[in-house]
Amino acid sequence: MAQHPPIPGTVIFDGAQAMKGYALNRMCYSFNDAANRQAFVADEDAYCAQYGLNSQQREAIRARNVLQLIAAGGNAYYLAKFAGIFGLDMQDIGAQQTGLTKAEFQARLLAANNQTRSN
Amino acid sequence: MARIVGGITTSHVPAIGRAIARNLQDDPYWKPFFDGFVPVRNWLAEVKPDVAIVLYNDHGLNFFLDKMPTFSVGAAPDYRNADEGWGIPTVPAFQGDPALSWHLIEQLVGEEFDLTTCQEMQVDHAFTLPMALLWPDQRWPVRVVPVCINTVQAPLPSAARCLKLGQALARAVACWPGDEKVVVLGTGGLSHQLDGERAGFINKDFDLRFMDSLVSDPAWATQFDTHQLVELAGTQGVELLMWLATRGTLGSQVQELHRNYHIPISNTASGLMLLEPVA
Repeated sequence: MAQHPPIPGTVIFDGAQAMKGYALNRMCYSFNDAANRQAFVADEDAYCAQYGLNSQQREAIRARNVLQLIAAGGNAYYLAKFAGIFGLDMQDIGAQQTGLTKAEFQARLLAANNQTRSN
Repeated sequence: MARIVGGITTSHVPAIGRAIARNLQDDPYWKPFFDGFVPVRNWLAEVKPDVAIVLYNDHGLNFFLDKMPTFSVGAAPDYRNADEGWGIPTVPAFQGDPALSWHLIEQLVGEEFDLTTCQEMQVDHAFTLPMALLWPDQRWPVRVVPVCINTVQAPLPSAARCLKLGQALARAVACWPGDEKVVVLGTGGLSHQLDGERAGFINKDFDLRFMDSLVSDPAWATQFDTHQLVELAGTQGVELLMWLATRGTLGSQVQELHRNYHIPISNTASGLMLLEPVA
């Protein structure tokens, strides 16, 4: 990619990430299907093995840790399907990644209303 | 001759589907969002478009990373929604218009937009929720042509390219021999970021400038590359590319008929605009 300064707290899901996270994202993509979600819940180890997750990906799945999943190549849209298995919504996921409680994360979102226009 | 009667741009957050399923339209959290659509519904009831071209981004329902087209156009007789993994109810199928789809494909490829064509295509919440917001009874009065823009995997098409895609779509519609009234929907945005320590990022100032620019200076956002757009609007806020493509279909001058902007819906600064081309 061109010489862009990194954006703090942000991973651009580019070709490198897409290669790195392929197995993980492929597993998460399979969770579109309810039968696959059930199969994962029934035997998580076997399901992860079936998709060939590497140890970093397996550990991140085990930890239910979104930042670790992103570091392992996970893409937000596919990870959302994994989170869906546990009934987590995007604010739960936002709170987890920012180290806030859900209420604190919601308050931060609301506070964006107070941002002022520069002109 | 077919003509584009207007463009509608709106956010497409999955939580909207949950709110619809639970009838939360009058809930204090949701009311400022849902109420924003009333003037747009009134306009649709008056104008009665025949066809909706829907510019949206798939989130891992129809496309996976095995094949990720930059631009794809539906050419199916119908389009269905399906389980996306987190449990919002699906909506009734949408009737396609394969003849029009193929005409648009011919014209766009003729203008060097090298598309992927889809005779089977599932449409996700980015397509279905805006439709359900515009036609809450979900008895779709329009035939549809889905146009999907990749915002999943970088590199993404540039803002300039998306604006040009819209302009090419407008030329393609204008040379279609039918007499259809076409409404263009652009879904996504506005500023939000779901992933990373920066999750929850919202940039109100940028969003308001961007909305203004669609009326007064549609090329304004093309000064930014997609990395800069992520920085300004968030990793998913870059979905504003769909708004730019929609603006591109409306010609050089537009009249803004309606706007709503509300923070937050889920993690998103939600936006809505109704623009009419000025002949």
